[in-house]
Amino acid sequence: MAQYLILIYEDEATLHGPDEEGFEQHLDAHRAFRTDNAAVLRGSNALEPADTATSIRKDPSGGFAVTDAPFAETKEALAGYVLVETENLDEAIAVAKRLPVVSGGVEVRPVRVFG
Amino acid sequence: MRRAGVAADPSVAAAVADAHRNEWAFVFAATVRLTRDLDLAEECVQDAYAKALTAWASGGIPEKPGAWLTTVARRRAVDLIRREATLRRSLPLLLEDADELGRVPDGTDQPEDASHGIGDDRLRLIFTCCHPALSSEARVALTLRLVCGLSTAEVARAFLVSQPTMTARITRAKKKIAAARIPYRVPPADELPERTEAVLDVVNLLFTTGHTAPAGDELVRRDLVERALDLARMLRALLPKDAEVAELLALVLLTDARRNSRVDAEGRLVLLADQDRELWDREAIEEGTELVREALRWRPPGRFALMAAIAAVHAEAPTFEETDWAEIVGLYDLLVEAWPSPVVALNRAVAVGFAAGPAAGLVALAPLSAEPRLAGYGYLAAARADFLRQLGRADEARTQYEEALLLTENAPEREFLTTRLQQLGQ
Repeated sequence: MAQYLILIYEDEATLHGPDEEGFEQHLDAHRAFRTDNAAVLRGSNALEPADTATSIRKDPSGGFAVTDAPFAETKEALAGYVLVETENLDEAIAVAKRLPVVSGGVEVRPVRVFG
Repeated sequence: MRRAGVAADPSVAAAVADAHRNEWAFVFAATVRLTRDLDLAEECVQDAYAKALTAWASGGIPEKPGAWLTTVARRRAVDLIRREATLRRSLPLLLEDADELGRVPDGTDQPEDASHGIGDDRLRLIFTCCHPALSSEARVALTLRLVCGLSTAEVARAFLVSQPTMTARITRAKKKIAAARIPYRVPPADELPERTEAVLDVVNLLFTTGHTAPAGDELVRRDLVERALDLARMLRALLPKDAEVAELLALVLLTDARRNSRVDAEGRLVLLADQDRELWDREAIEEGTELVREALRWRPPGRFALMAAIAAVHAEAPTFEETDWAEIVGLYDLLVEAWPSPVVALNRAVAVGFAAGPAAGLVALAPLSAEPRLAGYGYLAAARADFLRQLGRADEARTQYEEALLLTENAPEREFLTTRLQQLGQ
């Protein structure tokens, strides 16, 4: 057996657009997907929109550059993920800074919570 | 909104305006701690200021306007929270320190009367607005809106963007604070220096934007300069042991002390060499100089201390000719080391020109031509133009003045450069 991370890409303008009914149907479809595939699922989440993301890169002076944006460097590709549970963004950033990174950086994105 | 529809009694209107300028951050920060929702707090605080106009007209101006406004704003918040309790459960609320979590607001939760508790609230607000996970633009906008209490329209005007653009920027930043769970708190000691630096950057950016407006009819944007000064003073009161805070306040005071001499009666730009030093604000200079002296004793001087020290040397010179240029060049040498920025290098080269003559100035400027970050920076061409003019190299000076003109949208600066061009003749 092996583990795979399946990444979902969506047009946020449509996904978070005014069509609330459509969004509810979409959520239902996800719920159904989770039920049907429960045997192989190891975890899944929706993320808050990309504009809530914070990116962290090592800067040349040895410190960290924290920026208000998704990680969007074209020469780097998504290489892994870590799911953490912390009290607030500062603590998540502190963990992110401890992650070993060769040349790229990391993006911290809040996992979406549905009321 | 708050200034329109002012009550008939001008003293009440003035008292409300004063309370707005001086107490907004205090009232808002204390209200946010209760609502844990920036929008709701804004609504309640605005409502309290509106109520003050009528209540103070009939009942008199309270002895402690800030406390009065806080009580009214928080009472309103408690009402709204009770009414909308169900709706609130689905909203992401601001996170406070662990011991504040889970407490239900019941109205008895008064903001602490002791000054330290109150101070913490304002600091919480400032550190939240200037969190590094927000973009630089968002930090400045949020600080003006939430800490200084400017309306969104005023913030939009300050940064020459449309109101819908600014509304979207502020809304997005608030949403990020809630959704990403940026905590509403003063950072712990180990993060404090770095986080304070981010706050000071915001204040400094605000000040420099106001000191010489990038565009517009006026050289100085008084509104922005005064807000920056208010913020620097507030930080100084809240973080009295922070050397960098003292240094930034000194820099703002010493630089702004020259405000009244920087333009003439017609709004035309007056160079430092030609300024009437009688118009300089001696009180601000004295306060700023004292702060720099104090800050320089604490530790190796940082960038704000060095810039403030340079401003202090100018302030001490009775005339332009008597300026201690060698001292200024020496301070710039330290500054270039502490803060290697091309703009600092440019200012250093200009000081070299005053210390050792225009030819030496040109030599000092030469390596900066290759600096890509100065490519769109009009002051490099303007400095070159001035040295060339003094050396009698009119044709070369003309080309440089023309380049400088292409790079500024500030009306008094444009007029100054145009006049210089005309004086060069054909």
